[in-house]
Amino acid sequence: MSADNKHGHDHDHSHPHPFQPDDDAGAPSEHMLLVRALRELLIEKDVYTADEERRTIERMDARSPAGGAKMVARAWVDPAYRKRLLEDGRAAAEELGVEVGPTKLIVVENTPSLHNVIVCTLCSCYPRWVLGLPPAWYKARAYRARVVVEPRAVLAEFGTELPQTTEIRVHDSTADMRYMVLPRQPEGTQGWSEEDLAAHVSRDAMIGVSLPDTPKATP
Amino acid sequence: MSDVKFQPGDAVVVAERFPRHHHRVPTYVKGRRGVVERLCGIFGNPETLAHQGDGKPAQPLYRVRFTMDHLWAGREESPDDTIEVEIYEHWLEAAQ
Repeated sequence: MSADNKHGHDHDHSHPHPFQPDDDAGAPSEHMLLVRALRELLIEKDVYTADEERRTIERMDARSPAGGAKMVARAWVDPAYRKRLLEDGRAAAEELGVEVGPTKLIVVENTPSLHNVIVCTLCSCYPRWVLGLPPAWYKARAYRARVVVEPRAVLAEFGTELPQTTEIRVHDSTADMRYMVLPRQPEGTQGWSEEDLAAHVSRDAMIGVSLPDTPKATP
Repeated sequence: MSDVKFQPGDAVVVAERFPRHHHRVPTYVKGRRGVVERLCGIFGNPETLAHQGDGKPAQPLYRVRFTMDHLWAGREESPDDTIEVEIYEHWLEAAQ
């Protein structure tokens, strides 16, 4: 290390660092150009304004797993709601004031003998209205390709180990429906308020790669 | 809804077609046998909807359940694990 290197690097700066390429490096694809041209035309012709578009994106980005968690918590405390949720996810979401837009929602229930996990192998379909934006790994080729062949190995990498006696059922969202997992209520949370329960329902538990947090102490 | 071809519990086989256009049937279930789990509803056919078409005739959409051992023939982690996939009626035939 040279004597005048004062910022802790273990080498001098006579050689360039390799740069990670930017996501938007290189020439835009034909489809990207088409989207840009269409957007410019829509704004130019006053179909909508740039600010309206920005607001819509902001609203979409602001959706979070809180909507799904609220539905799960209600299902845990109210068996009649649980039944309605499993019969018609869309109606059950709207009942709690959770907006679902055009989503046809199917809720699949975990039991001691069945564990559900969700994927979209063809692209990255995800129940955005109830869970918010999908995590990067959900859209990655590795997750999409592997979870349909070796779901147990994939779940183990998320820290979720299930006994062989529990059937794993993978739901591939190939077409018009979207899926959400209704996890099992953790031991030791009976009698909790819906709000406290909802706080223990993670996004990943509703995708099915994880289980809800088990409480260490009653709040 | 009365003219749908399959009912829950019916054994079906997925057609083995490989069109180059958008069709939303994953290759790993083509030619495979499964069981209808439910009818999801009637939807526009994505094969024409995605290509400036009208999606007509609309197609019943089913969830079809496959077992891992049938899909992966020895590579599966547990033969009793399952996969459910949404498939449009014109891709399904009654299993013999």
